[in-house]
Amino acid sequence: MKGLITMDDLTNDDIHSILADAERLLPVARGETYLPLLQGKILGNLFFEPSTRTRMSFETAMKRLGGDVVNLGDVKTSSVVKGETLFDTIQMVDGYTDIIAMRHPRQGAARYAQDAARVPILNGGDGAGHHPTQTMLDLFTIQQSHGTLEGLTVILAGDLRYGRTVHSLSHALVRFGCRLIFASPELLRMPAEIVEDLREHGADVTETEDLLGNINQADVVYMTRIQKERFADEDEYAKVAGAYKLHARDLDNAKSEMVILHPLPRVDEIHPSVDSTRHARYFEQAFNGVVARMALLCRLLNIEVPAEIAGGDA
Amino acid sequence: MADEHNMRRVTAIKNGTVIDHIPSGQALKVLELLSLSGDTSVPVSLVMNVPSKKMGSKDIIKVEDRELTQSELDRLALVAPDSSIAIIRAYSVAEKLNVNLGEEVRNVVRCTFSNCITQNPREPLPHRLRVTKTDPLTLRCHYCQRPQDLDELIHNLL
Repeated sequence: MKGLITMDDLTNDDIHSILADAERLLPVARGETYLPLLQGKILGNLFFEPSTRTRMSFETAMKRLGGDVVNLGDVKTSSVVKGETLFDTIQMVDGYTDIIAMRHPRQGAARYAQDAARVPILNGGDGAGHHPTQTMLDLFTIQQSHGTLEGLTVILAGDLRYGRTVHSLSHALVRFGCRLIFASPELLRMPAEIVEDLREHGADVTETEDLLGNINQADVVYMTRIQKERFADEDEYAKVAGAYKLHARDLDNAKSEMVILHPLPRVDEIHPSVDSTRHARYFEQAFNGVVARMALLCRLLNIEVPAEIAGGDA
Repeated sequence: MADEHNMRRVTAIKNGTVIDHIPSGQALKVLELLSLSGDTSVPVSLVMNVPSKKMGSKDIIKVEDRELTQSELDRLALVAPDSSIAIIRAYSVAEKLNVNLGEEVRNVVRCTFSNCITQNPREPLPHRLRVTKTDPLTLRCHYCQRPQDLDELIHNLL
């Protein structure tokens, strides 16, 4: 494995072993132990699109492990605005760094960058394509909650059309025999070619517009934000989006161990009343972004995570 | 007999290339694919919708005084994967060639997805479409992984 562009770059064994590394790195991520495994290494953060959590968690992960980070900075003031190609930008950063994390508005940009680069590329989102590092932290959170990834029933709800996190996650979950329920408005259904792909891999996939009526079956409910700008007018948005909002009272019939995840930022699709229920896991999930990315950085830089790490019993 | 009769619908050529067994109605697309549709320097003969034992009906193209290369002919696989090609020298078949798309179509067409990274014409890496299925032909962009619409693809020739 050179970089991580889509989940296809990882085998199930790779996923299990990276999640195990992440588990052992928890005390380091929390700052309880200092473990400079990546001392002397430099991460290039190339975010051609806005990002808060992904960029910051990459930066935190690198620094917790003793490494350093250089940033592209604001695209508006970088050479990109002068018309530099992605190829040329990558050639430059490739020479400055040991590994690159990138997000780009165009689909396929990460694979393109990997073909142009000597160093590994971590895809932090390419258009409506893939977001595999988010998937790794999602899988870590699911495993943490259920003790397994195998055979779970997972509802993915909201904007399934444009949401790259749900595309990558669906592909990963079917590899572990999970049953998927896609709950979305008609306009924002999971792209047909993805549903087809998943079914070709033998996945049990149901498509529905009904989120609340299916919650009682779920082990995991993965919520995403529905963006107003996807709809022709605000009334239409209000009518549709209301069906994809969770309130604590909607969870009365949920399984007790069911967990709710969200890639964040949320707007109003999860009511604050849910935050204090035993189902809410989205803030832990956001924290897990650091530990999952620490494990990925080590893996792609060929740095072994020690079998025992002092200072924490994760 | 039927095939011989079909071939005689247009005169035999002395030197050049004959493309036979093109699916009926696809000959014009083949001309476009081979960049022959605007080329006025060589005589081209076209027979469309003639009976064929193998295919029911078919199209045939004869290009005079030009031997198409294997890489030019491989483009044909996009619309006529089962076509058969003969290079003619002094009225006889000098060589028979087969179309072979291989595992990847490189620098022949641009991905049809409007938000693919390869839409920027200044990006220098090659255009790459992976053949994921041959029957029916299914192609995906190496970079964005989007499945390609074959009818649209023909307009994206490089």
